[in-house]
Amino acid sequence: MGECIVKVVVGLEIHVHLATRTKMFCGCELAYGGSANTRTCPVCIGMPGVLPVMNRQAYEYAVLTALALNCEIARFTKWDRKSYYYPDLPKNYQISQYDLPLSRNGFIEIPLEGGRTKTVRIVRAHLEEDAGKNVHTLGPFSAVDLNRAGAPLLEIVTEPDMNSPQEVRILAQELQRIVRYLGVSEGDMQKGHMRFEPNVNLHITREGQVFKTPISEVKNLNSFRAIERAVAYEVERQRDEFIETGVTMQTGNKRTFGWDDANQRTVLQREKEEAHDYRYFPDPDLVPVELDDAWLERIRAGLCELPLAMQKRFVSDYGLSDYDAAVLTGDRDTAELFDAAVRAGAEAKRVCNLLTQTGLKLANERGTTVRVLGIDAGRLVELTTLVEDGQVSATAATTIFEAMTTCDESPGGIARRLNLMQTSDAGEIESLVDEVITAHPKAVEDVRSGGKKSQKARGFLLGQVMQKSGGQANPRVVAEILDRKL
Amino acid sequence: MDVFDLTARQLAQEIAAGRLRSLDATQAILERIDKVDPHVGAYLHVCRNHALATAQRVDDKVARGEPVGPLAGVPIAIKDNLCTRFAPTTCASKILDGFVSPYDAHVVERLQAADAVIVGKTNLDEFAMGSSTENSGLGKTVNPWDPQCVPGGSSGGSAAAVAAGLAWAALGSDTGGSIRQPASFCGVIGLKPTYGRVSRYGLVAYGSSLDQIGPITRDAMDAAWLLNVIAGHDARDSTSVPADRAPVPDYLAALNEPAADVKIGVVPALNEAAEPDVVRAVRQAIEVYAAAGAEIVELAMPHFDYAIACYYILATAEASSNLARYDGVHYGHRTADAGDYVQVYTRSRAEGFGPEVKRRIMLGTYALSSGYYDAYYLKGLKVRQLIRSDFTSAFNRVDCVMMPVAPTTAFKIGEKVADPLQMYLADMYTLAANLAGVPALSIPCGFDGRGLPIGLQVICAPFAEDRLLRIARLYEEGRDWSTRRPSCG
Repeated sequence: MGECIVKVVVGLEIHVHLATRTKMFCGCELAYGGSANTRTCPVCIGMPGVLPVMNRQAYEYAVLTALALNCEIARFTKWDRKSYYYPDLPKNYQISQYDLPLSRNGFIEIPLEGGRTKTVRIVRAHLEEDAGKNVHTLGPFSAVDLNRAGAPLLEIVTEPDMNSPQEVRILAQELQRIVRYLGVSEGDMQKGHMRFEPNVNLHITREGQVFKTPISEVKNLNSFRAIERAVAYEVERQRDEFIETGVTMQTGNKRTFGWDDANQRTVLQREKEEAHDYRYFPDPDLVPVELDDAWLERIRAGLCELPLAMQKRFVSDYGLSDYDAAVLTGDRDTAELFDAAVRAGAEAKRVCNLLTQTGLKLANERGTTVRVLGIDAGRLVELTTLVEDGQVSATAATTIFEAMTTCDESPGGIARRLNLMQTSDAGEIESLVDEVITAHPKAVEDVRSGGKKSQKARGFLLGQVMQKSGGQANPRVVAEILDRKL
Repeated sequence: MDVFDLTARQLAQEIAAGRLRSLDATQAILERIDKVDPHVGAYLHVCRNHALATAQRVDDKVARGEPVGPLAGVPIAIKDNLCTRFAPTTCASKILDGFVSPYDAHVVERLQAADAVIVGKTNLDEFAMGSSTENSGLGKTVNPWDPQCVPGGSSGGSAAAVAAGLAWAALGSDTGGSIRQPASFCGVIGLKPTYGRVSRYGLVAYGSSLDQIGPITRDAMDAAWLLNVIAGHDARDSTSVPADRAPVPDYLAALNEPAADVKIGVVPALNEAAEPDVVRAVRQAIEVYAAAGAEIVELAMPHFDYAIACYYILATAEASSNLARYDGVHYGHRTADAGDYVQVYTRSRAEGFGPEVKRRIMLGTYALSSGYYDAYYLKGLKVRQLIRSDFTSAFNRVDCVMMPVAPTTAFKIGEKVADPLQMYLADMYTLAANLAGVPALSIPCGFDGRGLPIGLQVICAPFAEDRLLRIARLYEEGRDWSTRRPSCG
């Protein structure tokens, strides 16, 4: 076996649950949890004689997402039936889109290390209805819960443009950030709002010849960690398998795997790709959707600045580090709050620190978002300015920020009420410094001697002044005056 | 006065005016059903209590002087593929034997809102697949004019009920002739509206792009009067046409306008392809129109002959998908003998479906299969377009097209059961209207040598049901077909 160069090749199929009020083709409420089969109606459980009616909101969310993914939007799209028998699929066909999806040919830009980005092409994005859920935990039989049946799903298919497990995870995270920015999905991985199915293989170059390993599809991954690890596991497994057997990609040898999270490995589900014949044909119960200019423009108006664009702008325009910019743009509310505060004159790095170190910390602790904490740009600007001007200390700013989440008072008002305003009055501070110098001649001597005790003694004197001021003197001003006097 | 001599509309007027009680009419029809239906077999379920309670409510409204709906207290039958909460909906299939729908079909809601008394649910070919009602898995219906003969199908129960005086009117469904052909065989009026005119919500689907619900009545006035109640937009059916695209006229009022100067299209070779008695009766009927001032225009409809092939691809393809839901998992018949879930499917379906349904599921599955789709389903769609354009060009020249409803009158029970292709030919005149989505009706136009009714088919442009009914009324006036009754009972 000679030297091998291994190129990892991954494409993704992604299912995103859209956050519409009701299901894709009926009026049942969309929600998570609750008793089995309570959010159902004759339509979504496939009773005889029922007919589907398209949820326009779901269609608009899908188009909005496709626009954000830079896709071509079809002006004419239709619905097809995809036939297969499974107990969680009440009609034994799924309403989906086959040859005329609502969008095609887009791309998504994803952030890599060090502010670099990469473009991954999107093949298509289309709408379909979700199936229900089979439950196997009730005894010697299986049961079916159809609460989820008929939920609107956006299926997004990428080209195999990702070349590492990290890139696959980053794309998944970036897509989550995008759908949350657009407000089309909660993107909650734990609730199964996003499911990922990577198709993985390797292009192995050996002695100038390229070998492609058989493609593995890993089904139903629903955490970022699992996505990255499953792909990494497949890379290792396929390389070992190739070295051992030399097997290469052929028609029909694509395999399907599941992810065993407990043992951190992929598990073979289907040896050969079954020759599935879904017998697609246009659903005669639904009329095609024709998207005219006016409707498209109304949908387009729902677009916002996308997270990565914002992240880059925060770096280039506001001088933030890529790390800080990424943290701030993690959710749209925080990013927009930051942006608004900076536009209103606040110093970028200072606002960033307040938001990331205090705001996001508080929000995390309370399991919510900065927006829900009740912080608006106006108060944020004022607080930043107080810190900048030395009127409150950084520590006090944290206390004020916290207080801001429970009242509507201005930061200045809170600072005064809680006695957190710093004194920068030189005269007042000077008299305090004089008192301390008089009271501690030994320490003064140590500082002036410049010996090894000098720094420690200076610190002691500073502390004494701060103590006398009741912690309200501006430490910077105290240090200046003390140093001058010594 | 014998209530059975009244038309449905006359009966409603009597009840609304307080001169007759709905309860009396309902009791009378229930007694008649008890006496006669054992010989006819029109009904699968008689909703005795529901009917009596409804009748009482209507009478109470009349007694209190409250306004009543247009169908006030009139006992009406509906085909058993229309969903009802108050009675089983079986589609005459063992797979749905005993199934009760959790909701009412749109047309059922409309009938009830109009104060109709739904007296029972009528027999049909299983899942509306057939032309003789012999494919029913749950009952046998005979032709009231000759119990040795079939009533036609698939709405055979509804047509037989109206013909035998077991309901004042009925609803059927028509996918390829299932209203018109049994109406023709039973000597009553049967109207298939334009696709999209009546909501299909709650009609158990056979061929979704072809199915329409329509009235089966004794005369054109009753058909118009029933269509007034069931026509119109329903947001639950995406293929139901909104009022701004096709407003619903008052069909009954339209009958007051004469249908003079009508231009009638005929395709001579087509009309002569039926058996001689049918050819003669249809020719004579058209002569009546000519004598009344109509202009007869000869037409060519070059793609008409492909309707059978086209229909049996498209309808079966849709059916194979529509009937996939009957799998023993969620409702309906489930096999007692399954080891795993695949056997739940295969055995429940093998036990529950009859042979014709299985045949059509297999035909449709084949037509949609990978590698055959283009040659069958896609080509079928293209042919359908050509048939539609035949009608479009015809209606540029004429107001309606006339032809037989069926090539024969009612045939003997069992005669065509062994030969599905012969059975399929029974629909040769009716399938095209479904493929084109245009409205068509069957009107009695005489009897053959054995005394069996013959139907004249009138086909109009989309949403011209008012014209269609006017043309039918013109012929009906002055002829006694609508008052002639079979001898049964």
